[in-house]
Amino acid sequence: MPLDSPPAAVPEPDLSTSVIRSPPGLLELFLAFAKMSLAGFGGVLYWARRGIVDQHHWMTADEFNETYALCHFLPGPNIVNLSMVFGSRIRGIAGGVAAFAGLLAPPTAIITILAALYARYGEIDALRRILAGVSCAAVGLLIATVLRMMTPLIKRRDVIGLVLLVAVLVAIGLARLPLQTVLLVAIPISLAVTVYMRRRISA
Amino acid sequence: MNPDGNPIWTLIWTFGLMSLFAVGGANAAIPEMHRIAVDVRHWMTDKQFADIFAISQLTPGPNVLIVTLIGYAVAGVAGALAATLAMCVPTAALAYYVSGLLGRSGHSRWPSIIQAALVPLSIGLMAASGLILAQTTDRSVVAIVMTVATAMLAFATRLNPFWMLLAGGLLGFAGVI
Repeated sequence: MPLDSPPAAVPEPDLSTSVIRSPPGLLELFLAFAKMSLAGFGGVLYWARRGIVDQHHWMTADEFNETYALCHFLPGPNIVNLSMVFGSRIRGIAGGVAAFAGLLAPPTAIITILAALYARYGEIDALRRILAGVSCAAVGLLIATVLRMMTPLIKRRDVIGLVLLVAVLVAIGLARLPLQTVLLVAIPISLAVTVYMRRRISA
Repeated sequence: MNPDGNPIWTLIWTFGLMSLFAVGGANAAIPEMHRIAVDVRHWMTDKQFADIFAISQLTPGPNVLIVTLIGYAVAGVAGALAATLAMCVPTAALAYYVSGLLGRSGHSRWPSIIQAALVPLSIGLMAASGLILAQTTDRSVVAIVMTVATAMLAFATRLNPFWMLLAGGLLGFAGVI
């Protein structure tokens, strides 16, 4: 979609009324998210924070955290949600679409080309070996992310959280149960436990 | 390949639904993608799934783009676009709607409670992703060592992940792994 319909260049308030942070135009939003996205190997969040908070000063660090927290709590790819929420807060729905398109269109084009190359040359031995090596490293990266996210749970001895974590790991990773089934059981349990624990702490 | 009609609709239906259940983001949804693409629909083999995971990690951009590769494998460029949009548009629309509801301040405490409740679940899902992918990928001692070494390095340092992927690729090319 966004490939053949780049966001129309919108009349931007070009007289840079740079009071604190002039809100970016649609094209600027598109380009900024395209840049963050293309910089992001193994995840875009780091670059999104850098671009939005540090470089462009479009949001304070707190505003960014708050926006990201919302996007993290919603289902779906967090960074995609973030592009939509951020863009729309700045320029309405058109801004959301511009940021969304900037985030997704360039890497989607690249990965589609790679997909075509893989479909054609995927059986070549040298490529198979390279991909096998990359897969090993990629799985390692994923495990590192899991360890990083687990650290706070371990530090505050969140036994219930860790039990839930392992239960989901076993249900999905070993028993290979469908996601919906597992979540329909796990989410209510986890919610009930969280509410109960918070009540007990505040009581 | 597609027992029930147009593969594009199957992709849209599959990923559109999945996106609304994908708590914890794209990496947490990998086991479900694997289950559907390999076990349920037989769109690809275990090995091919590990390959496209590697390709998606090698490509800049959001991790969710692994669905683009699944879509391409099923129905070419149209499939790639359909899968990508189906995975991204519904949740982006939901995010837009909820963000509008909550406004800037977000007074309600429910988002924070729900978020706290989802954290262990989404880590569990990502751990399951790692387990499932490791079962396909780590078939030799050297491969296991490579995975563990990368995990340790990425956990303990701030090194750009791209270099570790590159190292894996080079070692693979040299025939070590």
